[in-house]
Order: sequence, then structure tokens, then C-alpha cells
Amino acid sequence: MSSKVDKVERHSHPPDPVVGGGLSGADVVDDISAHVLTDRLGQIWWVALGCSLLLLTVFAISVAVLLWKGVGVWGIHDTVGWGLAITNFVWWIGIGHAGTFISAFLLLMSQGWRTSINRFAEGMTLLAVACAGVFPLLHLGRPWLFYWLMPYPNRMALWPQWRSPLIWDFVAVSTYGSVSLLFWYLGLVPDLAAVRDRATGRKKKVYALLCLGWRGSAYHWSYHQRAYLILAALATPLVVSVHSIVSLDFSVAILPGWHSTIFPPYFVAGAILSGFAMVITLAVPLRAWMKLENYITLKHLENSAKLMLITSFIVTYGYASEIFFGWWSGEVFHMAHLKHLFTGAYSPLWFVVLLCNSILPQLLWWRKFRTSPWALFWLSLAVNVGMWGERYIIVVGTLYKDYLPSAWRLYHATIWDWGLFLGTFGLFGSLFLLFIRYVPVISIHEMVELIKEDKE
Amino acid sequence: MSQVFPKKLDGVLRIGCFITALMFLFVLLTLIGLTRSSWVTGENRFTEQPIPFSHRHHAGELQIDCRYCHTSVETSAQAGLPPTETCMTCHSQLYTQDEVTAPIRRSWTEDKPIRWKRVIELPDFVYFAHNVHVNNGVACTECHGRVDRMPLMSQAHHYTMGWCLECHKDPARRLRPEEEVFSPEWSPPDHQQREEIAEFLMKKYDVELSRLTECSSCHR
Ligand code: HEC
Ligand code: HEC
Ligand code: HEC
Ligand code: HEC
Ligand code: HEC
Repeated sequence: MSSKVDKVERHSHPPDPVVGGGLSGADVVDDISAHVLTDRLGQIWWVALGCSLLLLTVFAISVAVLLWKGVGVWGIHDTVGWGLAITNFVWWIGIGHAGTFISAFLLLMSQGWRTSINRFAEGMTLLAVACAGVFPLLHLGRPWLFYWLMPYPNRMALWPQWRSPLIWDFVAVSTYGSVSLLFWYLGLVPDLAAVRDRATGRKKKVYALLCLGWRGSAYHWSYHQRAYLILAALATPLVVSVHSIVSLDFSVAILPGWHSTIFPPYFVAGAILSGFAMVITLAVPLRAWMKLENYITLKHLENSAKLMLITSFIVTYGYASEIFFGWWSGEVFHMAHLKHLFTGAYSPLWFVVLLCNSILPQLLWWRKFRTSPWALFWLSLAVNVGMWGERYIIVVGTLYKDYLPSAWRLYHATIWDWGLFLGTFGLFGSLFLLFIRYVPVISIHEMVELIKEDKE
Repeated sequence: MSQVFPKKLDGVLRIGCFITALMFLFVLLTLIGLTRSSWVTGENRFTEQPIPFSHRHHAGELQIDCRYCHTSVETSAQAGLPPTETCMTCHSQLYTQDEVTAPIRRSWTEDKPIRWKRVIELPDFVYFAHNVHVNNGVACTECHGRVDRMPLMSQAHHYTMGWCLECHKDPARRLRPEEEVFSPEWSPPDHQQREEIAEFLMKKYDVELSRLTECSSCHR
């Protein structure tokens, strides 16, 4: 959809350029590799890393306490067995969708503008998937037995239960994780070579090893191109499959608020919404801090904002259809679920969700809003909060009142629930900071290519 | 673009990757093998007991019935280990001066039970019952091996879930007529075919296969 909008715009008035500042190819190579090789980020980087490491400590402590004492330290109980951990899992994995969407899907759609944001969006995706993976693993209770999720010849003569979406989930997420990693690394190889060529001493050796002896010959490029396209083609269905399957974790169960066929598309849209929100949340400060305005231009922000607007509509449609079909079914428990949604214990959060995911994104109708980075930044933060709230409502809001009124019980997350959630920001932050410091955040070779194409 | 490393490093890297993959596979296979090895499952392991009690003597040579000592095997989940009184039925007369049987007499005079060590021990989360098996034609030796030939009790099998299920999926050929459950050895009479009698016994004991592989049969 966005591609159509783009084309129309391209014809009518020259939009913000994809690459600003009239940069040449050589400028780009020098500039981006200088980010990696010189200490341009300065002291703020160390301060930020310190804070992230502090949160990472919180993460470590929360995990240690959990492993030592068991899942009882969390707020979950018989009625609400899923709690914050699953909320966070769905939230993080949703965020992890933008990367592949941008890199693979938009690559296949020949959307040139993706080039400058794909690298860091892929990095974000990988880290978000890693953060997401933490939760279901720990939620197992005995995480050291995670390999039971895999089919392998064991002495219990057991296979995983193939009818359970939890095993599909495991397969989908681990596939997504590994394909994203490969895709990211493959795209990185020529760039690491570019950094190697400018590095000296020990750094040169490290980058030389990492770039696997890339020489940039025509052969290398043609193989690289093919492999990249094949991976993109493989990764594109994953954009849709992963969150569809995550949604089946819910919709396969027969609970009101979960058992709905709209879930897969609605979850995928939600994932892309939150993914792009996170891209903006990270891109806006990053481009100011690292002076990347020439690469991550207003055009990128605007396109991301448009995608947010579209997906916000799909998500809103999901809400509406859920309410409509609940009402249409007239089924007692379904109606009760709707009532609880609007008047129950978690209804304030539900209104926040509606505000953040459905109402506030309407601001994106204005081009002025779409092209003011900091306004977008705050909106994207709101959407992130809204999407988290949505998952909380889905998980807890449905579970706390099940079919057995005597079992109805509120859910209160404990300090260790929150500790782990906060902790994953530490994990994400630390790795992301290392990433922007030691890896080219902008895809150098694709950028150079783009500039060449633009000149022609 | 200049090269930092010599060309042969490429080969080294490739071989390195290959070896890493092989090592990974090797470790994986080793682990899978290890979980079935007797080292982990304790198959064929002998257990030292306070008294070197020999099933070969008592159950084999003297042909004492298992139920004489394991009294509750037909009526409850536990087979039960014999109290000192059971031993004393004979050993108040036999071997009364010997060093090996001294602990029996000590236990008797001090009125303290002998502390036998368990040989087979399933985890607590598994429900196992002797009576269902014994009353449905599964012989002791099917699970405990040739007890009558064991000088010291050893674990005849690995007693993993896979082992239980192997029989539960298809118990027909491992059933015996009622009167043969406590015999060490049994083979069907010549004039009867194995298949025929298996089918007959399945009907007779009314074994319902679907129940036997349900998780909740053993994990209650
Ligand atoms: C004279 C009494 C006596 C008779 C007869 C006897 N047992 Fe035992 N059995 C014992 C004692 C005592 C122990 C505990 C010491 C040991 O494990 O060797 C024992 C232990 C066992 C164990 C190991 C239990 C564990 O700790 O896991 C098995 C199996 C067993 N007996 C099977 C049999 C079978 C089958 C028969 C019949 C063929 C039989 N026994 C006959 C006395 C007897
Ligand atoms: C039915 C009679 C009977 C009972 C009951 C009985 N025994 Fe014995 N036991 C014997 C006889 C007979 C021998 C001698 C066997 C031989 O030397 O051939 C013997 C031998 C032994 C020996 C000598 C060591 C050896 O194996 O050569 C030990 C030890 C022993 N019994 C322990 C026990 C214990 C412990 C119990 C109780 C769980 C027990 N017996 C119950 C009849 C019995
Ligand atoms: C279906 C297989 C099976 C059969 C048949 C069987 N056992 Fe067992 N037996 C076991 C297992 C498994 C254990 C360990 C139980 C546990 O740890 O809870 C055991 C434990 C025992 C024990 C020690 C623990 C207890 O239950 O007191 C004795 C004694 C014993 N068996 C005797 C016998 C005798 C005697 C027979 C024949 C009458 C017999 N068993 C038949 C599988 C079997
Ligand atoms: C040699 C064959 C055999 C082996 C080995 C065996 N079983 Fe069984 N088991 C049976 C048969 C036959 C029955 C069915 C009796 C019936 O339902 O008529 C049974 C029934 C049972 C039942 C009762 C099921 C029910 O709810 O009706 C349980 C529990 C059980 N077995 C547990 C075990 C465990 C645990 C093991 C492994 C330690 C085991 N069995 C090993 C043959 C075996
Ligand atoms: C015939 C009895 C039997 C049945 C039926 C059975 N199990 Fe088991 N299970 C066992 C025994 C015995 C063990 C312990 C021995 C072992 O670890 O192999 C076990 C162990 C396990 C364990 C390992 C637990 C741990 O912490 O090590 C798991 C998981 C398990 N079973 C799952 C299942 C599931 C799922 C099913 C249903 C598809 C099932 N079992 C059906 C007998 C059974």
C-alpha cells in the first residue's frame, strides 16, 4: 500500500530525498566507517552503556532469583497462568517484526528508501527476538529442559505435541531468529570489508576475520546478490508467519477474547505497528546523536509513520471486529468478557490502549506531524506503551475471568516480573549500544549503490 | 581491497567450521546415547545390602514363592519387602551361628527392621502399581529379569518411560496365564500358537490399549 502512495508522491512533487546533503559514494564509506573506527560517540555512549549494564544487572538478578526459587516468585497463579512474561514475549517479538519487514519485504518490493534504516532495524529485530525468547524459556519453569520442545530421540519415547501451537511457536521463533541473524550478517559482510580497509592494527585483523576475506570481486558481488535475494524471499513469509503463530497460542484456546479468527492478521498488523514505532523511537534520537540526518532522512520517518497509520487502522479493525462478533454471538461469557473489558478491573488500561493505538495515530494524517521527528518520537513511545497494554489486556484480561466464576482472580505482577521486564531493556540496550559502536549502522554498500542509481 | 590474512586461512576456516559442526553432532549423539547408557539408568547395577541376601538361593534353589516375602504384590501398588519375622521363620533354625545371618538375629533381638536399600526406584511423579500388572498376567520376570539367578538383586532393565511404553503399546505377547505369573520361566504349550494365546490372553484380561499410553495413567 505504501508503495503506491510513494509512487504517486514521486510524480507529483519531489519529496524529501532518500539521501540528503548531496553525499557521494566515497563520502558515505568514509563517514560510516569512521563511526566504527573512531570514538565519535564520545562520553554519552559510555554513560548510556553504564545505565544499560545496570539494568542488565537487574536482569541477571531477576533471572537468578527465578531459577533459584521457581516461577512462584512471579505473580502468576492457577487462574492467570500467563501473566507478564507472556505479555512481554508477545510485545518484544512484535517489535522484532520491523527489521525483516523492512529488509526483506521492502527489498522484494524494490523500495529503495529502506536502505538506510534496514541495518539498524535488523539489529533491533535480532535483539528484540533475543529479549522475547527469554520469557517463554523462563516461563517453562525448568528452562534447562527447553530441549524437550524439540523433537529428538529420547528415552521417554516422546515427541512434542504437534497439535499444540506452543511447539509451532518454538519452531517459528527460532526459525525467525536464525534467518534474521543470517540475513543481517550476510548484508554486513561487504561493509565489514569496507571497515577493514580503513582500519589499522588489531581492529583490522578482527574485521578481516569477520568479513570472511571479502574481496569485492564481481563474482563475490554476484553470489552475494543472489544469496541476499534468496534469503529475502525466505524471510518474507516469516514476517507474516511468526506473529500469526504467536496469535494462535491464544486463538486456539476456546476462551472469549482469544478464540477468534481475526487474530493472525490482527497480530501481524500489531507487530508491524509496534515494530515501526520502535524503529522511530530508536531512529530519531540516533540520527540526532550520530548525525545521521543525511541518511535517515525525513522521508524514512515519514514512510515509517505512514505504515504506522495503516497498521493502526488494521489493529483498530481487529478491536472492532472482536467487539462486534462478541455482541453478534450473544454468548453469555463472550458478552461478559466485553463488559469486563469496558468496566472491569483492567478497563482503564483498555482505554489507554485505545487512545495510544487507535486515536493518537490519527495525528499521522498531517504531513507536518509526519515530518517532525520529535513529535513522531513521542507518538511512537505512546504506541509502544499502547501495544504493550494491548498484550496485557489480551493475556490477563481474558484469563482473570474464565468459565468458572469461583476461580476468578486478579493478577498482580510482582517485583520480579517487573525486574525481568526492565532487565530485558538492559539486555537490549547494552547489545544495541555495542552494535552501533562496532558495526556500521547504515548499510554502506547499499547506500553507495543507491547514490549511484540516483545519479543515473 | 587488500587481504590481511594469507589465502590458506580460507581453507583453515572452512575446515574449522566443518570440524565444529562434526563436534556438535558428536556431542549431541553422545548425550543422547548417555541418557540410555547403564551408567545413567543403572541397568545391571548391583546394590550392596546390609545382608548379602541371595534370590538365587531363596527363590531359585529353594523355590520359595515370591509372595512368601513380597506379600502385597497382588493386592497393592507396592510389592513390599519382607519383615525380619519372615526371615526368622527359617533362620531361627537355619544358619543360626553364621556371620552372614548375624544381622537378621540382631534385628530380631533389638526389634529394629533391616534397612534394605532400594534397587529400582522410579521418580515420585510416576505412578506404578504391581497389582494391575501381576493380576493381568504380567510376570515378575518380564520386568525384573531372572531374579532366581541373581546372587544379589540387580536392575534387569533401564526402567525408563520408553521401556514402560514399549510393552504398553503392545503387551499381547508378554502376557502369561494366571498360574504362570510367579514362575521364573514360561513358554506356551507346543500345541498352541504364540499369536493365538496372546490374543486369547488379551481378551481374557480385557486389556484396553488406549488407556495404557495415556499420560495420565502413569502421571496422575
Ligand atoms: C525369602 C524372601 C524373598 C523371596 C522368596 C523373594 N524375595 Fe525378592 N527380595 C527379598 C528381600 C529381603 C529383598 C531386599 C534385598 C534386595 O534387594 O536384594 C528383595 C528384593 C527384591 C527386589 C528388588 C526391590 C528393590 O529394592 O527395588 C525385587 C525386584 C524382588 N525382590 C523380586 C523378587 C521376585 C520376582 C521374587 C520371586 C521370584 C522374589 N523377589 C522372591 C526377599 C525375597
Ligand atoms: C523358607 C526358609 C527361608 C527363609 C524364609 C529365609 N531363608 Fe535364608 N536361607 C535359607 C536356607 C535353606 C539357606 C541355606 C541355603 C544354602 O546354603 O543353600 C539360607 C541362607 C541364607 C543366607 C546365607 C548366605 C547365602 O546366601 O548362602 C542368608 C544371608 C540368608 N539366608 C538371609 C535370609 C534373609 C535376610 C531372609 C529374610 C528376608 C531369609 N534368609 C529368609 C532358608 C530361608
Ligand atoms: C510391569 C513391570 C513389573 C512387574 C510385572 C513386577 N514389577 Fe516389581 N517393580 C517394578 C518397578 C517399576 C518397580 C519400582 C517401583 C517404584 O520405584 O515405585 C518395582 C519394585 C519392586 C519391589 C520393591 C518396591 C516395592 O514395590 O515394594 C519389589 C519387592 C518388587 N518389585 C517385586 C516384584 C514381584 C515379586 C513381582 C511379581 C509378582 C513384580 N515385582 C512384578 C516393575 C514390575
Ligand atoms: C511387560 C509389559 C509391561 C510393562 C513393562 C509395564 N506395564 Fe504397565 N501394564 C501392563 C499391562 C498389560 C497393563 C494393563 C492391565 C489392564 O488394564 O488390564 C498395565 C497397566 C498399567 C497401569 C494401569 C493403567 C490403568 O490406568 O488402567 C499403570 C499405571 C502402569 N501399567 C504403569 C506402568 C509403568 C509406570 C511401567 C514402567 C515402569 C509399566 N507399567 C511397565 C504391562 C506392562
Ligand atoms: C507407562 C507409563 C507411562 C506413561 C503412559 C507415560 N509416562 Fe512419562 N514417564 C514414565 C516413567 C516411568 C518416567 C520416568 C523414567 C524416565 O525418566 O524415563 C517418565 C518420565 C516422564 C517425563 C520426564 C520427567 C522428568 O522430569 O524427568 C516426562 C516429561 C514424561 N514422562 C511425560 C509424559 C507424557 C507427556 C506422557 C503422555 C504422552 C507420558 N509421560 C506417559 C512413565 C510413563
